[in-house]
Amino acid sequence: MAEIPLSHILFVSTALFFIGMYGLFTRRNMITMLMSVELILNSVNINFVVFNKYLYPDKLDGVFFTIFIITIAAAEAAVAIAIIINLYRSHRSIDVETAEEMKW
Amino acid sequence: MNYSSYIALIPLLPLAGFVLLGLFGRKYLKTSSGIIGTGLLLVSTALSLYTAYKYFFVDGKVGDTYQTITAIKYTWLSFSDNISIDMGIILDPISVMMLVVVTFVSLMVHIFSLGYMKGEERFATYYAFLGLFTFSMLGLVISSNLFQIYIFWELVGVSSYLLIGYYYDKPSAVAASKKAFVVTRFADLGFLIGILILAFYGETLDFNTLIQRLTDQQSPQFLAITTASFVGVSALTWGLTLIFVGGAGKSAMFPLHIWLPDAMEGPTPVSALIHAATMVVAGVYLVARLFPLFSITVVALEIVTAVGIVSAFLAAIIACTQTDIKRVLAYSTMSQIGYMMFALGVSSYGGENGLGYTASMFHLFTHAFFKSLLFLGAGVVIHFIHSNEIKDMGGLRKYLPITNISFLVACFAIAGIPPFAGFFSKEEILLAASHSNKIVFWIALITSGLTAFYMFRLYFSIFWNKQTDVQHHHGEGPVSMKLPLIILTLCSIFAGLIPFGEYVSSDGKTLESHFDLMFSILPVIIGVLGILLATWMYRKESNKPAQISNSLGGLYKAAYRKFYIDEIYLFITKKIIFNLIGRPAAWIDRNIVDGLMNGIANTTAAASGWIKGIQSGKVQSYAIYFFGGIVALAIVFLYLWK
Repeated sequence: MAEIPLSHILFVSTALFFIGMYGLFTRRNMITMLMSVELILNSVNINFVVFNKYLYPDKLDGVFFTIFIITIAAAEAAVAIAIIINLYRSHRSIDVETAEEMKW
Repeated sequence: MNYSSYIALIPLLPLAGFVLLGLFGRKYLKTSSGIIGTGLLLVSTALSLYTAYKYFFVDGKVGDTYQTITAIKYTWLSFSDNISIDMGIILDPISVMMLVVVTFVSLMVHIFSLGYMKGEERFATYYAFLGLFTFSMLGLVISSNLFQIYIFWELVGVSSYLLIGYYYDKPSAVAASKKAFVVTRFADLGFLIGILILAFYGETLDFNTLIQRLTDQQSPQFLAITTASFVGVSALTWGLTLIFVGGAGKSAMFPLHIWLPDAMEGPTPVSALIHAATMVVAGVYLVARLFPLFSITVVALEIVTAVGIVSAFLAAIIACTQTDIKRVLAYSTMSQIGYMMFALGVSSYGGENGLGYTASMFHLFTHAFFKSLLFLGAGVVIHFIHSNEIKDMGGLRKYLPITNISFLVACFAIAGIPPFAGFFSKEEILLAASHSNKIVFWIALITSGLTAFYMFRLYFSIFWNKQTDVQHHHGEGPVSMKLPLIILTLCSIFAGLIPFGEYVSSDGKTLESHFDLMFSILPVIIGVLGILLATWMYRKESNKPAQISNSLGGLYKAAYRKFYIDEIYLFITKKIIFNLIGRPAAWIDRNIVDGLMNGIANTTAAASGWIKGIQSGKVQSYAIYFFGGIVALAIVFLYLWK
C-alpha cells in the first residue's frame, strides 16, 4: 500500500480550517461557533502531527504540541461555556446578535 | 488712642445676621428671624454710638483738630512694594457720623419691618438681605482705601438689587431691580477707571497717603498726575470726574437718576433705608471722602456743583407732578441729595470757606432722619390703604393720628421751617452757596420753595383733602411700627440743634457757624409761601390743581412724564446702541463664533458617523476584521516584503 502523500493530508487540514472559519463567521448560535473554533484548532493539530511525521520522523516535538493544544482547548471550552451560560442568563438567548450593546 | 477691634464688630454683626438667617432662616427661624436681626443690629448701634462718643468727646481730638485714625489695617493682597490692597477701618468725623446714621436708621427700619413685613412668606430672607445691606453700607463708610470702598460699593448695589426685587413675582419689581443694577453698574465703570487713574499716578490706594501725596505740590506723584493729560484735561481731573460719575450713579444724580423712582417697587421700609437715608448718599460721602482732592481741582468741583443743582431743581419740578406718593418722595430724595452735592461743589478746603462741606454733611445727617421718617410714614399709609396713589387717599388724619403728626413734622423739616432739623442744614447750604455762586444760590432758593410746595401737596392730599371711606379699619399697626415714627420725629425736631460745625468740617478744625438771622428770612419766607400755596390748592377738595395744571399745559405734561428722560434713554439704548452695536455683535456671535464651533462639532459628528459603523458590537464582524488583518499581514510578509 502506497503511502498517502503529504499534500493530501494538508488538503484535509486546510479544508477543515476553512470549514471552521466559515462556521465561525456565519453561525449565530454561540455553541456552534465554539464547535467551529474546535474545528480550527483540530486542523492545526493535524498539521503539527503530519509535519512531524513526514519531515522529522525521529522527533516527537510536533506530537507533544498537539497534546498541549488539546489540553488548552479543553480549558478554553470550559471558559467559553461559562461565558455562554452567563450570556444566556443575562439575555435569555445564546444568539450573538442579541449581545451587541457594546457598539459605538 | 486705643481703638481696639470692637469696631470691626459693628459691620460684622449684621453680616453674622445675614449668614445665620440666610442659611437657616427659612427653615428653623421663620418667626424669630426679625428679632434676631434687630437684636444684632441693636448691639451694632450701641457700639457705634459708643465709638462716636469716644471719638468726638474723648480722644478723637488732638489740639484743635480731629484726627484721622486708622483703627485696623492689614494687607490683603500685595501686588508690589507700592501697590497693595488693604482692608482697614478709618475713623474720622464723617465716617463716625455715618456709622451712627447708618446703624440708627437701619435699626429703625428693622423695628418698623417687624410690624410692616409681618406674615410675609420670605420674612427671614428679608431680614437676611437687610443684614447684608447694613453690613455692606457700614463697610463702605469705614473703608480705608479706594479698592475696599469699591468692593463694598458693589456689595451695596447687590443688596439694593436683591431688596428692590424682593417681590420677585411682580414683573415691575424685577424690571426695576434690573434697571437699578444696570444703571449703577454702568456708572461704576467710571468709578473703577477713576480708581485706576488715581492709583496709577498716586501709587497707592490708601486714602490718607493718596490725599497726602496728591495735595502736596512738590511730590513727584502730584507732578505726574497734573502733567499727564488726555484731550487737554489733566489726569487728576479725569480721575476725579470719573469717580464722581460712580458717585452720581449711586446717588441718583441727573442724568443717571432714572433708576431711583423705579426702585420704589421694593418694600417701603427698604426704600426708607436704602433709597432715602443711606445708600443713595454714598455718592456724596465718596466726594466728601476725597474732598481734599476735589478742592484742588476746579473743573471737577464745577461738575459736581452743576450736576447737583440741576438734579435738585429738576427733581423738585418732577416731584410736584407725580401721583404715586413713593415716587414723590423718591424725587424729593434726589432733590435733597442734589443739595448735598452742590454744597460740596461750592465749598473749598479748610477754614471759613469749608462751610459747604460741613453744610453738606449736616444736611446728609438731618435728611437721613426726616426722609426715613417720611418713608416710614408713607409705609404706614400704604399699609393702611393698600395703594400708592394719591387719588385713593385723603382725610386720613382721623385714622392715623401719630403718622399725621410725624409726617407733618418731617414736612416742616424738609421745607426748612425753623426750628426743625432741615432748617439749620438747609440754611447752611444756602449760605455757603450765596458766598460763592449767586446763580446756584437763586436756583437753590427756588428749589427750596418747590420742596415746601410738593411736600405739603403730599401731606394735604394724604391727610386732608377729600374723605376716604375706610371699611376695614385696622389702625396704625402694632407698636413696632409706631415706635420708630416717634423716635424719628424726635430726631427730626432736635437733630438740627447739634452744633455740627464743631464736629465735622473739611479740615477737622472747629468751624464756627455764624447764624445769620437776616439771611434766614428770605428762605423761610419762600418756604412758607410754598406751604401756603399747597394749602390753598390741596387742603380742601377742589378743581384748582386741575385748572392750574391745564393752564401750564405742555410744561406740566413734560414734568409729569419726567421730562422724557426715560424715553431718551430708551431711544438711545434701543434704537442706537442695540442697532449699531448690539445687532452686529449678535450677528458675529451667532454666525462666526458659534458658526466656527458648530462647524467643528458637525465635522466631527459626520466623521464619526462614517466610521462608527465599524464598531457594530457584533462579535463575528470583529472576527472577520481580525481574519482579514491576518490575511493582509500574511500577504505583506510573504509576497511584498521582499
